[in-house]
Amino acid sequence: MRIAGQKLTGKLAAIYATVILITIVMLLPFAWMLSASLKLSSEVFVFPIEWIPSNPQWSNYVDIWTKIPLALFIYNTSKLTIIVTLLQLFTSSFAAYAFAKLHFPYKNALFLGYIATIAMPWQVYMVPQFLLMREFGLNNTHLALICLQAFTAFGVFLMRQFYMSIPTELCEAARIDGMNEYQIWAKIMLPLSKPALSTLTIFTFVTTWNDFLGPMIYLTKTELKTIQIGLRMFISQYSAEYGLIMAASVVALIPVLIVFLSLQRFFVEGVASSGIKG
Amino acid sequence: MADTTIIAGDTPVPARRRKVVSRRRRKVQDALIAYSFIAPNFLGFAVFTLGPILFAFVLAFMHWDGSNDMTFAGLDNFWRLFEDKAFKDAFWNTIIYTVVSVPATLACALGLAILLNQKILGRDFFRTAMFFPYVASLVAVAVVWNMIFNPEMGPVNMILYTLGLDPKNMPGWAADRHWAMVTVILFGVWKSMGYFMVIYLAGLQGINSELYEAADLDGANAWQKFLYVTVPQLGPTTFFVTVMLTIQSFKVFDQIYMITQGGPGTSTLVLVYHIYNEAFISWDLGYSSMIALVLFFLVLAVTIVQFRRQKED
Repeated sequence: MRIAGQKLTGKLAAIYATVILITIVMLLPFAWMLSASLKLSSEVFVFPIEWIPSNPQWSNYVDIWTKIPLALFIYNTSKLTIIVTLLQLFTSSFAAYAFAKLHFPYKNALFLGYIATIAMPWQVYMVPQFLLMREFGLNNTHLALICLQAFTAFGVFLMRQFYMSIPTELCEAARIDGMNEYQIWAKIMLPLSKPALSTLTIFTFVTTWNDFLGPMIYLTKTELKTIQIGLRMFISQYSAEYGLIMAASVVALIPVLIVFLSLQRFFVEGVASSGIKG
Repeated sequence: MADTTIIAGDTPVPARRRKVVSRRRRKVQDALIAYSFIAPNFLGFAVFTLGPILFAFVLAFMHWDGSNDMTFAGLDNFWRLFEDKAFKDAFWNTIIYTVVSVPATLACALGLAILLNQKILGRDFFRTAMFFPYVASLVAVAVVWNMIFNPEMGPVNMILYTLGLDPKNMPGWAADRHWAMVTVILFGVWKSMGYFMVIYLAGLQGINSELYEAADLDGANAWQKFLYVTVPQLGPTTFFVTVMLTIQSFKVFDQIYMITQGGPGTSTLVLVYHIYNEAFISWDLGYSSMIALVLFFLVLAVTIVQFRRQKED
């Protein structure tokens, strides 16, 4: 017998067995989530586990929308995520162009400012940052979360590293052709940096969508909450409604799953390259 | 250099001077263009990141509850660290979390990367599956984790029970002070090993295959090849992964908030949790900033080690 052009030896069989076993363990929580989301709360913990519910409760997926303002939470999160991602892409690639291809006074000092904070956990300065936002009257606004997530050192660093690998001669040729710097950024650098832009998009999207501590500190009004803290609120309010909680969790996972699967090719490459360079 | 000699020169030539002035103007203009590229990001970064970082250092030496006047505290907050039992627990729990979860995640990630670097059918699917927990929403997966590890009804303990474990000795997982940390660490390893696997995969692909061929000629077996080719060649990757994991472990919060709330007692209280409690529950902003400085210096120490190491390479 042959698999993927290789003879099925004992060693290969062992590899397949291990990989499949680990994959099952990794995905088991998701399978449990999906299965429990279609059960009555009283059936969720029945053992042995009935993986495919005999009496699927599709109504769980209907009820969650009325028990909590799930649609509003999703709308809030999508709005935040899209704005943060766009701002992050624009400001990072814009600044990175100057750091990679232009000469100006204090360039190294400014870049050092970015580098110095790249490893600094946000948790170190989250309290003073909160006080500052409160001073600006931004407490309980989405703008606060946008401000704190849209301008990261990581974004500038990632884009700059990528731009460094683009030959400077390209920019010089464009200058001779009469392009100004903004045109070079828009017409030459941006189209060439799709892999880096995709990586940054996914990183920003996933971080913003899944962010928990930020929204928890800044957003206390229900109508402003994101899906993560909304889900958390739901869990504490209906702690025994296991089926509903699982259905809401599945819904919260779907957008990330879609973005991840559609861009995962870039993501894996991006993690690998930014990881090694970072 | 040429500019100054001409400007200070004794016989300035008008034509040349005009050229110099325009060159200077050009330089200023270039700098302004460059700053215009940086400004949108840098202004936001300076106001919302650099500013708060500097403010954190000031705040650590102040007494402030956020509404009354701020007063100078000197080293009060610093001395308080030594009397605060919760801080001591949080500090050691953070260290324990780091010391256990970093090697565990590293070993799992490396193992997975080696397995999935082989030419096997459905390799991309397997890689994606391993990676997915990393991007999955923490709230959603943490609640599943709590249900699966539920001490009374969860499937994990049910399986242990079927395997014949005495119900009296059953681990209480998140509800048991001896097992709470284990539960949180297991969750952390499960969630992030896929991410570091990808970094290791990139490292593995960078190893020159001739090294393995040479080892084959020398009659090395698989284990020897792993030990004498793979491990040393992956040195820089392992180092990078270790630093990333260590910083990530120092700032762990979300998963603990969701799985154990720092308990039972203080058995899973970590530094960031303590910062959060002191700031947003007790409104002791100065003291919480002092704890944040401890976190800062822990991260700084790791970063300096990384920097030194990179210089050596």
